[in-house]
Amino acid sequence: MSMEVACSPAGLPGRPVYELLGVSKTFAKRNVHALDNIDLSLTEGGFSAIIGPSGCGKSTLLKIMAGLLSPSEGSVVLSGEPVTGPRRDIGMMFQQATLFPWRTTIENVVLPIEIREGKRAALAKYGDAKALLELVGLQDFEQVYPNELSGGMAQRAAICRMLITEPTVLVLDEPFSALDELTRDFMNMELQRICQERNATTFLVTHSIPEAVILSDVVYVMSPRPGCIAEAVPVDLPRPRTLEMMVAPRFGEFVKRIRELLDKGAFL
Amino acid sequence: MTHPQKTVEKSAVRQTTVTESVAWIDRIPRPVAMVLLMVIFLLLWQLVYELRLISPIILSTPLETIYDLFYVGKNILSGDYMLVALWVTTQEVLLGFAIAIALGFLLGLLVGETAFGERAVLPYLVAINAMPKVAFAPLFVSWLGFGIASKVALSSFIAIFPVIVGTAAGLHATDENERMLFRTMGATRWQTLVKLKLPTGMPHFFAGLKNAAVLVVVGAVVGEFLGGGKGFGELIRVAASQLNTPRVFSLIIYLSFLGLATFWAVIWLQHKLVFWHKETVAEQTFE
Ligand SMILES: Nc1ncnc2c1ncn2[C@@H]1O[C@H](COP(=O)(O)OP(=O)(O)OP(=O)(O)O)[C@@H](O)[C@H]1O
Ligand SMILES: [Mg+2]
Repeated sequence: MSMEVACSPAGLPGRPVYELLGVSKTFAKRNVHALDNIDLSLTEGGFSAIIGPSGCGKSTLLKIMAGLLSPSEGSVVLSGEPVTGPRRDIGMMFQQATLFPWRTTIENVVLPIEIREGKRAALAKYGDAKALLELVGLQDFEQVYPNELSGGMAQRAAICRMLITEPTVLVLDEPFSALDELTRDFMNMELQRICQERNATTFLVTHSIPEAVILSDVVYVMSPRPGCIAEAVPVDLPRPRTLEMMVAPRFGEFVKRIRELLDKGAFL
Repeated sequence: MTHPQKTVEKSAVRQTTVTESVAWIDRIPRPVAMVLLMVIFLLLWQLVYELRLISPIILSTPLETIYDLFYVGKNILSGDYMLVALWVTTQEVLLGFAIAIALGFLLGLLVGETAFGERAVLPYLVAINAMPKVAFAPLFVSWLGFGIASKVALSSFIAIFPVIVGTAAGLHATDENERMLFRTMGATRWQTLVKLKLPTGMPHFFAGLKNAAVLVVVGAVVGEFLGGGKGFGELIRVAASQLNTPRVFSLIIYLSFLGLATFWAVIWLQHKLVFWHKETVAEQTFE
């Protein structure tokens, strides 16, 4: 068997909203070639996950997609417009979804509005914020400061903060990796529900193969140094996904397939 | 390895004394423990006096000192010349503190938020901070005279550095994730400063203020020692030159109330403003 993983373009049939063409990134500092010629096309309302060994450039790719970093080469286009900086229609969530301890839960949720449109607009959004908090089961914690929330509750509030600007695209960098497995499963099902309800296009970075499979329509497997997409694995399990599916044999096949691809890439 | 922990949650302050086992001495209630320590200290003092280890001319007995404490207290309460002196020193302390806070905050912003400040201003601040600052006292006196102004200048000069350091350290206390989050929300530099960096830096800022609150009293009194005037420091100097040890002691004790008052005012403000930040007793007192 060849030890080489071909870097091939990948995508899904459907209306593409998010398109990356030949995206490469080299960090001038120490000349790290982090990403090499990434082609991606995300379809509207689709859920994709990207998985790959640590340090292969997943976070870098996400930052480029969210407009926080500019690519050394290539283009990023969202809904027909090139991404050149942070945008309102892109919602992003980080591994440590920091809530700010000097703001109540609801004040944290409306923070993006306060920053973009001012205090008055933020106050006007309290209704929406309450509805979002109710959506994730935090209706009784609006006026509470974050140090009284559990890790999972804080993460749910952070989801609301991301959703308050009504982004059409969600870019998530290991949002639940700090949570225990039970909470994490629960949060993943919440995430699926929210994404379906809002028909949001979602791109998730994860280290967990089962998590990637249970949530995604496509799982992109990345290979390291320089990071490129080794393969796109379509997951055609029916929607809505449930946690029971995780014990089904078909689920196991997807996990095995991705596992093999990762093992192959890791020893390049 | 597990340590049995004794943690008492009390308002915003954590008492965190971690010990393997609780010894009898840790079970003494706080007021009793404090009085006990004071009594031991006074007894030792009396012992030193009885043994004539130090000449009685320059070391008074505890009783004499306590008596004088009442005398000075009476003088202050009746609004006599000691109250006037205390008020002079209080003014110096308050003005010195206000200037140290305002100027220290601005310099902290300059150093902590701008590259120019960090590159060009910081090295000079570090150099000045390394100087023995009380040595500037004669200069302040010759520039500003024997009145209150020279003391205010010295006390704010001595107290400003912890405020600068606290402010700058606070501005650097945000983490990469938080700053990135603000960028995704499209925050301007000003918004990031006001809504992220300043609140995050509050605990550091207050740590600086607490140091400054103590130093500002030092500055005022040293200023009075070296530059005369009508404050409490002058009373101490006069009493010392008359070898009136009990008076010196009791004046120092009343002066320490002034220091404690500013210190506790800062802590009170911190409780109000930085309600989300819990610190241990030691952190609260010394950092
Ligand atoms: N600002 C930077 N300057 C220089 N090199 C960087 C920078 N950010 C990331 N890198 C390098 O780029 C490569 C990819 O980093 P990245 O954070 O994207 O990895 P990752 O796939 O997200 O890893 P993990 O799974 O551990 O989060 C690494 O080799 C890293 O050292
Ligand atoms: Mg990462």
